[in-house]
Amino acid sequence: MGDLMYKYDQYDQAMVDARVAEFRDQVRRRLDGHLAEEAFRPLRLMNGLYLQLHAYMLRVAIPYGTLSSAQMRMLGHIADKYDRGYGHFTTRQNIQYNWIKLEEAPDILADLASVEMHAIQTSGNCIRNTTSDQYAGAAADELVDPRPYAELIRQWSTFHPEFSYLPRKFKMAVIASDTDRAAMRLHDIGIQIVRNAAGDLGAAFYVGGGMGRTPMIAPCINSFVPLDQFITYAEACLRVYNRHGRRDNKYKARIKILVHELGKDEYTRQVEAEFAHLLSQNIEPPLAELERIKAQFVDPPFETGLSDELDRSDPDFALWVDNNTVAHKAPGYAVAVISLKPVGAIPGDASADQIRVMADLAERYSFDELRVTHAQNIVLPHVRKADLYALWQVLDANGLATANLDQIGDIIACPGLDYCTLANARSIPVAQQISQRMAAKEQEIGELKLKISGCINACGHHHAGHIGILGVDRKGVENYQLLLGGSEGADCSLGQITGPGFDENGIVDAVERVTDRYLGERQPGERFLDTYRRIGMAPFKEAIYG
Amino acid sequence: MKILTGNDLKSGAVTWWTGVEWSLHVEDAVDVGDNADTVLAREQAARRVTGAYAIDAARDEAGIRPAHIKERIRALGPTVRPDLTLKPADPNAGQWVI
Repeated sequence: MGDLMYKYDQYDQAMVDARVAEFRDQVRRRLDGHLAEEAFRPLRLMNGLYLQLHAYMLRVAIPYGTLSSAQMRMLGHIADKYDRGYGHFTTRQNIQYNWIKLEEAPDILADLASVEMHAIQTSGNCIRNTTSDQYAGAAADELVDPRPYAELIRQWSTFHPEFSYLPRKFKMAVIASDTDRAAMRLHDIGIQIVRNAAGDLGAAFYVGGGMGRTPMIAPCINSFVPLDQFITYAEACLRVYNRHGRRDNKYKARIKILVHELGKDEYTRQVEAEFAHLLSQNIEPPLAELERIKAQFVDPPFETGLSDELDRSDPDFALWVDNNTVAHKAPGYAVAVISLKPVGAIPGDASADQIRVMADLAERYSFDELRVTHAQNIVLPHVRKADLYALWQVLDANGLATANLDQIGDIIACPGLDYCTLANARSIPVAQQISQRMAAKEQEIGELKLKISGCINACGHHHAGHIGILGVDRKGVENYQLLLGGSEGADCSLGQITGPGFDENGIVDAVERVTDRYLGERQPGERFLDTYRRIGMAPFKEAIYG
Repeated sequence: MKILTGNDLKSGAVTWWTGVEWSLHVEDAVDVGDNADTVLAREQAARRVTGAYAIDAARDEAGIRPAHIKERIRALGPTVRPDLTLKPADPNAGQWVI
């Protein structure tokens, strides 16, 4: 286990171990007939076990996307022993297994518990696994490491009795840089750690964002909550939602609907009143607990005096460095992003062998640490630049060196109708076709984030894609709507539908026409999104529909 | 025709009602006519299947074809992983679902 990330104390481990024993008993009772499916279903969902299109699916929590090598190896072991040799990294920094047997699920949870992991808070109307910036602790532009705050939220929210049966699921994200890499404003609560004029750290609260059938960008309801009160403030936000959120209509039950219907000002007024009340109740965790957590997220022992020079004589390596490494806060180091989007492959899927390779590389080159990104890639956060070439060679030998970070082939795609019971259309084949069609133009096009969802629930973040695609069911036939102009970043915006939808081949043609028009219209230095925002929808509609 | 489908309780595998038992192969399914509710209640109570329901299907020259694409994908397996479908030797098996 790595030394530079949160380690369970006796309470964490006891809670997880007890949950494994409890679920083992529940499964036994389901199999021997003492529990009917109606009673068992919510219990299995509380442990991340869904019944999906082909089998049971287990979603494993990866808090704020951080993994040690030992944990990553366990994910590979589970893929081999209990599944079909692969796993699917998700848009909430988790991993899913698609072919789980009910009778083996307790053993999987026991294996996960042995490396301080679980599947709690990956389903149900509770506070879900908290997400964060995948470059936390490494990024050159961050104020502080946001993960201690995400970990405190994890501890506060796990099994929170008041918030275990919310009107709907509840998603939180924490960032600490102005460059939003976690789609923070598209969460039920987004928190940005900020510094005020006096130099103190605090939490800016953005509440009521989300995607799904009613996408909304969260407004800021408080720009500075002192960090020794931020859990209390989150509790106030949740309490107002739990009191007034609609339970009569699941499509109107998310907090974004409440904030929208009450209005930001009235919702904020109620939160502030509840906050004042809660402050008198002294519910904030002791500051010593936050300090205990922060002490476990210290910097690795970075070497000093390292050179930033690289041998770029291998053009494939140089391209990968340019596209897939990110500025690190320590001189001589880089953040390396492993693309799980080879041309024509399934976005986010990794074989058990690839998972083990990545674990080994993290151990050898990145202080034993990995991150999962919401864009379904893997990060090695702390790599010496002098080691990048050796790292890249191993990645290349294992199909993990695709140089397409944030480019059109780096597609976010939900599992879609190939795996998901909720989906209306397949996402993955569309992603594969676009990836193949556009591969030759990828470098010329530059940054272009394309995101595909197979239904209105928007697990593929289509609203936030520079180009978004939404699969719908049109009288039993798959149909795809095209959206342009979305962004999940600090310049957050929601994509707009271009017009009538397309069949599977038509949507690929439409994407190509859009990118061709962009290449014809762009001015020097413009990304696709910049050009779209400058010239608007009309030229693209003309290119698509004539 | 009406056919019944669900998942095996232990393995989660997609299964189809043959009139006698549950099969992995949709081509073994039988038309249950108006008896869907009776069969489903009995079989789920006996824990031989879970999450079961009736769907529309038709019989054609290739066998039984569920009316909706979602059920055809359930019957075959994920179209993006031919190796994991029930017809791994047929690279074009995925065309059947469209």
